[in-house]
Amino acid sequence: MSTATDERQTGAPVVPLGMPLVGGALGRVSGAGTEGLAVDDERARSQRFAAVRSGEIGSVHSWELVTAVDGPGTRMTTFLAGCPLRCLYCHNPDTMEMRRGTDVAADEILRRVARYRGVMKATGGGLTISGGEPLMQPAFVRRLLRGAKAMDVHTAIDTSGFLGSACTDEMLDDVDLVLLDVKSGDPDAYRRVTGRELQPTLDFGRRIAGRGDTEIWVRFVLVPGLTDEEDNVERVAAYVASLGGAVTRVEVLPFHQMGRDKWEELGMRYELDETQPPTPELVERVRGQFRDHGLTVY
Amino acid sequence: MSTTTAHSREDLASATPAAWSGFTSGPWADHIDVRDFIQRNYTPYEGDSAFLAGPTARTTGIWDRLSAMFPAEREKGVYDVDQHTPSTITSHAPGYIDEANELIVGLQTDAPLKRAIMPNGGYRMVEKSLETYGYEPDPRVGEIFGKYRKTHNDGVFDVYPPAVRAARSSHIITGLPDAYGRGRIIGDYRRVALYGVDALIAAKKLERAELDMERSVEDVIRDREENAEQIRALGELKAMAASYGYDISGPATTGREAVQWLYFAYLAAVKEQNGAAMSLGRTSTFLDVYLQRDLEAGVLTEEQAQELVDDFVIKLRIVRFLRTPEYDALFSGDPTWVTESIGGIGEDGRPLVTKTSFRYLQTLYNLGPAPEPNMTVFWSDKLPEGFKRYCAQVSIDTSAVQYESDDLIRADWGDDAAIACCVSPMKVGKQMQFFGARVNLAKALLYAINGGRDEVSGKQVAPVAAPVEGELLDYDDVMAKFDVMMDWLAQTYVDALNCVHFMHDKYAYERIEMALHDREILRTMACGIAGLSVVVDSLSAIKYATVKGLRTTDGLVTEYSVTGDFPTYGNDDDRADEIAVWIVKTFMQKIRQYPTYRNALHTQSVLTITSNVVYGKATGSTPDGRRLGEPFAPGANPMNGRDTHGMLASALSVAKLPYSEAQDGISLTSSVVPSGLGRTPEEQVTNLVGLLDAYTLSSGYHMNVNVLNRETLLDAMEHPENYPQLTIRVSGYAVNFVRLTREQQLDVLSRTFHGAV
Repeated sequence: MSTATDERQTGAPVVPLGMPLVGGALGRVSGAGTEGLAVDDERARSQRFAAVRSGEIGSVHSWELVTAVDGPGTRMTTFLAGCPLRCLYCHNPDTMEMRRGTDVAADEILRRVARYRGVMKATGGGLTISGGEPLMQPAFVRRLLRGAKAMDVHTAIDTSGFLGSACTDEMLDDVDLVLLDVKSGDPDAYRRVTGRELQPTLDFGRRIAGRGDTEIWVRFVLVPGLTDEEDNVERVAAYVASLGGAVTRVEVLPFHQMGRDKWEELGMRYELDETQPPTPELVERVRGQFRDHGLTVY
Repeated sequence: MSTTTAHSREDLASATPAAWSGFTSGPWADHIDVRDFIQRNYTPYEGDSAFLAGPTARTTGIWDRLSAMFPAEREKGVYDVDQHTPSTITSHAPGYIDEANELIVGLQTDAPLKRAIMPNGGYRMVEKSLETYGYEPDPRVGEIFGKYRKTHNDGVFDVYPPAVRAARSSHIITGLPDAYGRGRIIGDYRRVALYGVDALIAAKKLERAELDMERSVEDVIRDREENAEQIRALGELKAMAASYGYDISGPATTGREAVQWLYFAYLAAVKEQNGAAMSLGRTSTFLDVYLQRDLEAGVLTEEQAQELVDDFVIKLRIVRFLRTPEYDALFSGDPTWVTESIGGIGEDGRPLVTKTSFRYLQTLYNLGPAPEPNMTVFWSDKLPEGFKRYCAQVSIDTSAVQYESDDLIRADWGDDAAIACCVSPMKVGKQMQFFGARVNLAKALLYAINGGRDEVSGKQVAPVAAPVEGELLDYDDVMAKFDVMMDWLAQTYVDALNCVHFMHDKYAYERIEMALHDREILRTMACGIAGLSVVVDSLSAIKYATVKGLRTTDGLVTEYSVTGDFPTYGNDDDRADEIAVWIVKTFMQKIRQYPTYRNALHTQSVLTITSNVVYGKATGSTPDGRRLGEPFAPGANPMNGRDTHGMLASALSVAKLPYSEAQDGISLTSSVVPSGLGRTPEEQVTNLVGLLDAYTLSSGYHMNVNVLNRETLLDAMEHPENYPQLTIRVSGYAVNFVRLTREQQLDVLSRTFHGAV
C-alpha cells in the first residue's frame, strides 16, 4: 500500500494507560465473555500475584464452544488476555492487554473442560488455548494443558510463536496441535504488521516440527496491501514447506472488517479503515502459492 | 373391561394369504398391531447412500408440471378454491396432475392445488379466507353453517367463561384452536395397507360390541357415537378409493399398492380435516417391508422403488388448506406439517433405518428441497454411520431436516412413536393430543409486576393483585408475584383448552383419523409456553443486575432500565439456565393441578413455530432490555445475539430443560453457515454428525439445523423469484423463506448466525 506511514511500521498504537476500559460495554457483544466461569476476585493483592506466578489464576478474555475452527471437531476455545504483538488487522484488539481480562482460576477452566469431555469425545474435538497470546501466561497455560491431558482431552495452542522460548518441552509434551500464526515471511513486513521480530516465530515452528509427534496447522492472514506481496507469501510458503510432515494444513484467512468497531470502542486508532477484504482471485493466488509447495491449503 | 381388539384369527388371516405371503407371522396377524409386523419383517440397512437412484423423466415431468403452477399460487396466495363444496372424504370427483403418468393417485379436490372449504371448524374462517382471495362465498353454504349446522367455533364461544375471553383477547393465551382444526392427530395410515379397510371395519364393530355391553352413561354414549362415525368414515374411505378405481377393502399386495393404500388413508384425513398439523406418522420403514419384498422377488427395481416414493412425496407436497393470512402470519408460509418420522433405534437395539428411510430423504434431491413433508429424523448416536452421514449431508445441502432425540422419545413412548407437527411425540395409533397452542409467559411476568393489568392496553385482565411498589425490582418480590400470576394463568389456560376440545370432539370430530386408532387411547392435553428466554433473562436481570421500573402517569410499569451485567440464557451458564429449568418445572406443576377434559394427561411444549414474532409484537418492554414489540426468540431458543459462546453452548443451555416436564417437546433452532462446520464437505458432514451426537447425548430433545449464508437470505429477500424453493428451518418446521413476511425474514436474519467470521 503506497500510503504506508511511519506509525504503521511499528504495529498498532497501544492504548495509553489510564484510558477508560470500556470494551464491550457499548452495545456490541464483545466476544464471548467469561459467563459461566467463576471470577477469582477473593484474593488479597499479594496472594493474587503469587497465584498468577504459579499459574493458579490467569487473565481470561472469554471462552466459546466452536466447531471447525481452532482445531478439529468441536472445541472449547479459551481466549486469554494479553499479547506482545500489535497486529494492524487484529480483529480482537480487546484481547491485546492482559489487564482487560478477568481473573479466572485454572481449576475453574478445567472444571468446564471436564464438563465438555462428552462433547469433545462425540465430536472429535478438544481444548484450544488462544488469545491474545497464550504464551504470555506460560504457567497458567502449563496447568491447563496438564489438566486437560490428565483427562485425555485433545489439546491445541493458538500462538504467533513470538514467545516460543517461554514454552518448555515439558509443556509441549501436553500439546497435540499447534496453530501457528505466521503473519509474514519477510522480517520487515512482519515488523510492519506486528511491531515485532519474525525470527522467534520461525525458530518456534522448527522446534515443534523437530519433535515429530506434534501436529501443526499454519495460519496466514491475507491483508491486501499489507501481507499480500508475492514475495512475502512465497517466503512464508517456503518456510512452512521446510517444516515437513508436521504441517498438516495451511489456512489462508482472508482479512475482514468485522473487528473495526472494536478498535473504535476501545478508543484505539485503526489503520485499516480503507482496506478491503481480498478478492477471491487474490485469495486463490495466495492459496496457489502454498499449494505449489505441496501443502494442503484451505 | 377388555381393551384388546380381539379378532378371531379367521377375520384377518383367512382373507389375506396372498397379500401377506413371505411375511413372518406373529401377533400382528391376529389383531391390529403394526409395530409387531414391522419388528418381525423389516430389514435394517447399515450401509451408505450409494444405492440410491435419481429421478426418472416421469417423476421430473410431473414435478415440473406442478412447479409451473407454483408462481401463480404464490402471487395470488391460492391457486384456486372450490367455494361451493364443503369437503368430506367423498365430496369431490377424482383429480389428477397427469393421469397417465401418476403412479400414486389422489388429490384433495378434483384438480391440483385447488383448495376446499372445511367449515366444521368455523365458518367465519372460511368466509374470511374466501374474501381475502377474491372468492364470493356461496350463500347456500353460508345458510347451512349459519342456520342449520353449528360449528366448533360457535360451540367454543358458547361456553368460554369471561376470564378466558379476556386472556385470549389480551394475547396472554394465544393461538387456541377455537376457530380452526386442532390437528396434531396422526391416524395410523399404515393399517389400511396392512389389513385393508374391511378388516378395520370388522375390528371397529368388535369394539362396538364391547361398548354395547356397557351401561349407557355419558362417556360410553360418546364412545359409541364416535365408533359409529369411525365406521362410517372407513366406508367413505373405500368409496373414495373406488372413485379412483381402487378396491382397498383388502390388504395391499405389492409395494405400489402399499404406498397407494396408505396414501388414500392419509388423503381421506386431509379431505376431512383442516388441522393445524396433519402429520403422516412413521411410514418409511413400514413401506420398506413391501418394497423390499418386491425387490427381492425381482418385480421392482431400485429406480422404480424410488419413483414410487418420489410420486408419493409429490402428493404430500401439494396438500393445501384454505386459511386466512392472519393464520399464516401466526404459523408462517401456508404450512401443513405433513411430518414424517424417520430412523431411530428399536427397543431390541436394531436400528429402524431401512433403505426406504434413505429413499424418503433422497426426494429432497430428486425433487429439490421443500418444507413438506416435514422430514424428521429420530437421532441417536447409535444410528448406523452411513445413515448419520447421509442425514448430515442432506441437512447441509437442503436445510430441510429436523432432528429429535430418539433416546428420549423411545424411553417415554416406545419405538413406534412419531412426531405430530414439530416436536410432539405420540405412539402411532395409540395416542392423540389435544393441541393447546401456548401461553405467553413473558406477558405473565409483566402482569405480575403490574398487578394483573395488561402493559399494553392498561386493562385489568388477571384478577387484581398487588403490583410491584417502588422503583427498584426486588427478585424475591417479583418471583412471589409471578408465582401467583402463573397459578391464575395455568387455571385459565386449562379451562380454555377443556372448552376447546369438548367442542372440537362434538362438532369437528376427526372421524377417519380416529378410525385408525385403537379404541382405548392415551390423550394428552398439550399445553405450551412461549417467551421462555425473555422471562429467564428478565428474572436474571432482576436477580443479578439492577432493574428499575418506569411508570406511566397511571402507575403502569411500561419500561425498564437495567444497570449492570447479568448472566443470560444460552451460554451454558448455570446461573441463568437454572432459572429456565425452574420456569419449565413450575409452570408444568401448576398445569397438572387442573383436571382435564377426558382425563387427558397434562403435557407442555416449549415451542412457538414462528409465532414468536406475533407474540413479541403483543408484548410490552421486558426487564431484560427487550423493547415493546420486539420478537421473542423462537421455541426454547436463547434470545437473539445473547448466546455468545457458540452454537453448541447455546444448545447445551436448552438441553438442560427437563424433557419429563415438557413431554410435548422442546424446540431449538440453530443456524450455521457451511464454513462454520468445516473446510471441506467431508469435514462439514463429520462435524455436523458430531454436533448432533453431542447434543442428543447431552439430553437435547430437538434441533432444527439451518445451514445457510446470510448473503443467501438477503438476496432471497430482494429477489424472491430466484429462490422459489429456498427452505429454512424455523423452530420445528421448515418453511419457504420467500413466503415469510418481511418481518419474519428480518427476524430470521437477526438470529445469531453461528460460524466463524
